[in-house]
Amino acid sequence: MSDITLDQIIKPENLVYTKTKLMTDKVLSYCPGCGHGTAHRITMEVIEELGLEEKTIGIAPVGCSVLAYEFMNIDMQQAAHGRAPAVATGIKRVWPEKIVFSYQGDGDLAAIGTNETIHACNRGEKIVIIFINNGIYGMTGGQMAPTTLPGMKSSTSPYGRDVNVMGNPLKVTELVAQLPGTYFVTRQAVHTPANVRKTKRAIKMAFENQRDGKPGVSFVEIVSNCNSGWKMTPRDANTWMEENMFPFYPLGDIKVDGKLVQK
Amino acid sequence: MSELKLMKGNEALAEAVIRAGADAYFGYPITPQSEVIEYLMAEKPHERTGMVVLQAESEIAAINMVYGAAGSGKKVMTSSSSPGISLKQEGISYIAGAELPCLYANVVRGGPGLGTIQPSQADYFQSTKGGGHGDYRQIVLAPASVQEMADFVKDGFELAFKYRIPVLILSDGVIGQMMEKVELFDPIPRLTDEEIKEKYPWATTGKKSGTERRIITSLDLDSHKMEQHNLKLQAKYNEITEKEVRYELLDCDDAEYLFVAYGSSARIAQKAVKLARAKGIKAGLFRLITLFPFPTVKMREMCGKGIKGFLAVEMSSGQMVEDVQLAVNGCSKVAHFGRFGGVVHTPEEVLEALEQKIIGG
Ligand SMILES: Cc1ncc(C[n+]2csc(CCOP(=O)(O)OP(=O)(O)O)c2C)c(N)n1
Ligand code: SF4
Repeated sequence: MSDITLDQIIKPENLVYTKTKLMTDKVLSYCPGCGHGTAHRITMEVIEELGLEEKTIGIAPVGCSVLAYEFMNIDMQQAAHGRAPAVATGIKRVWPEKIVFSYQGDGDLAAIGTNETIHACNRGEKIVIIFINNGIYGMTGGQMAPTTLPGMKSSTSPYGRDVNVMGNPLKVTELVAQLPGTYFVTRQAVHTPANVRKTKRAIKMAFENQRDGKPGVSFVEIVSNCNSGWKMTPRDANTWMEENMFPFYPLGDIKVDGKLVQK
Repeated sequence: MSELKLMKGNEALAEAVIRAGADAYFGYPITPQSEVIEYLMAEKPHERTGMVVLQAESEIAAINMVYGAAGSGKKVMTSSSSPGISLKQEGISYIAGAELPCLYANVVRGGPGLGTIQPSQADYFQSTKGGGHGDYRQIVLAPASVQEMADFVKDGFELAFKYRIPVLILSDGVIGQMMEKVELFDPIPRLTDEEIKEKYPWATTGKKSGTERRIITSLDLDSHKMEQHNLKLQAKYNEITEKEVRYELLDCDDAEYLFVAYGSSARIAQKAVKLARAKGIKAGLFRLITLFPFPTVKMREMCGKGIKGFLAVEMSSGQMVEDVQLAVNGCSKVAHFGRFGGVVHTPEEVLEALEQKIIGG
């Protein structure tokens, strides 16, 4: 056993999968079972597969993925909390031929940054927004997010979210789909291999839209678990997500090619 | 070619932004500086030079658009007036932390709060002592004429890129709104994309395969590394303090009393010098051009030359006067005079204050 090296275990002919070169070798700072890592990886795979590495500038938010620039091996900027769509606008307007995307959590995108989100979407900025909705503030220790479900517990709604006092969860994705400036709006998940494949296809479509100069924002929501914040094991968190988050935040395309999908 | 024109201060500033070869302006309307974005929109700089002008949804969005564009190596600017500048402070702190070059202007109005739309100089502390959070500084240029509103745009961009620092043009409602003759500098061509990539290798312009990626950030979770970053920033601020101080001395050679002032207060104090001299009082004017860096060394030197008193004249309840006191350091008398809350003092009031607070006091 002790004589076997890693190289011997993974013989080139046995290699079925390699990490995209657009992810660095840095160990991810995310909790085991968190969706952020998968969302990073498939985003970077899409950029590599579309050959957009040299043209792409990414924007990291404030939230658990604040260090996305440590993991994504492309040019990156780190934005103030909620301001990533404005930062993306600034870059895209002066470098219109570049590919610009923001990667944001729900607190970042749908609470403090709602204004920047709505207006970037309404102006029809030709950018991609990847939105991780885990229904909670992960980074700061599990406080209530704009997306926290009615009755759901968090450290600032310890007895459950009382919508009469704390307001209702915001379906920001449905909201931006109504704006003329969005071109592609979809809601996906990354907790099963099938969902990962679907989400990757959605992210690919989003980047293709921008590459092809399609008018408007391509907006990809990924409903994801925050097992630490929800205080569950990763497995329980995924089950809870399927049973509670998906009924409220149903998966699927909401707007394709600038047209709302008829349900 | 350089051109002579009669313009408002805000318009001269806007025209200078186009001529300075800026790539973009992001702004949000507020009195008394809305002419900046109005002029830019009317001028169609996109057709003249390819420059982008965008009205943002807020001052917060505008400064963060500046952050993004500056981080990708472009020459960008925003402007506002006091309440809007307060909103930009988080972004400015990020720009300082990430060491990005950018220029912005504050055409100051009276506060606090919504205050008034009339001119003021009450944002001195905010401009020179930080404004946003953290240990940072920015270069502050104070124009006292429409001519300087234009010229400081060019100088401001040069300083911003030389030191990778935010540069503030601290104007006020008088300078922004008044009309004067201005000689506009020759247009400077915008850099090409290739020139930007070559000149600013730190900028996020898309990573060449196999090369190191560029990261624009103000974050480091390792506090020891953050301390090192702060030390590097401080070294830069020290270099700026040594090399970039600007001021103007008027009638100071034989002066016994000095007015210290900047911006429109300097114009008023200049008139007060004339009134004083007509009465036989040997007054002079120490006009500040850079507020940070402050001309501490020169002021101390003047003090040693037998100045009997300094009167800090500013449209605030007394902010710049604190820096004058620090510079003079007890070696001579220092007093403050200024109307505020949107009221502009007269030269007569300024002279009277000199007589009462310094000569007679
Ligand atoms: C202006 C400002 N306000 C508050 C914070 C503190 N803060 C950091 S991350 C965060 C919430 C992040 O939650 P979310 O966007 O949902 O991302 P997650 O961590 O769940 O991925 C907050 C409130 C901050 N950094 N800046
Ligand atoms: S706290 Fe939540 S969002 Fe953050 S890494 Fe852990 S599981 Fe993911």
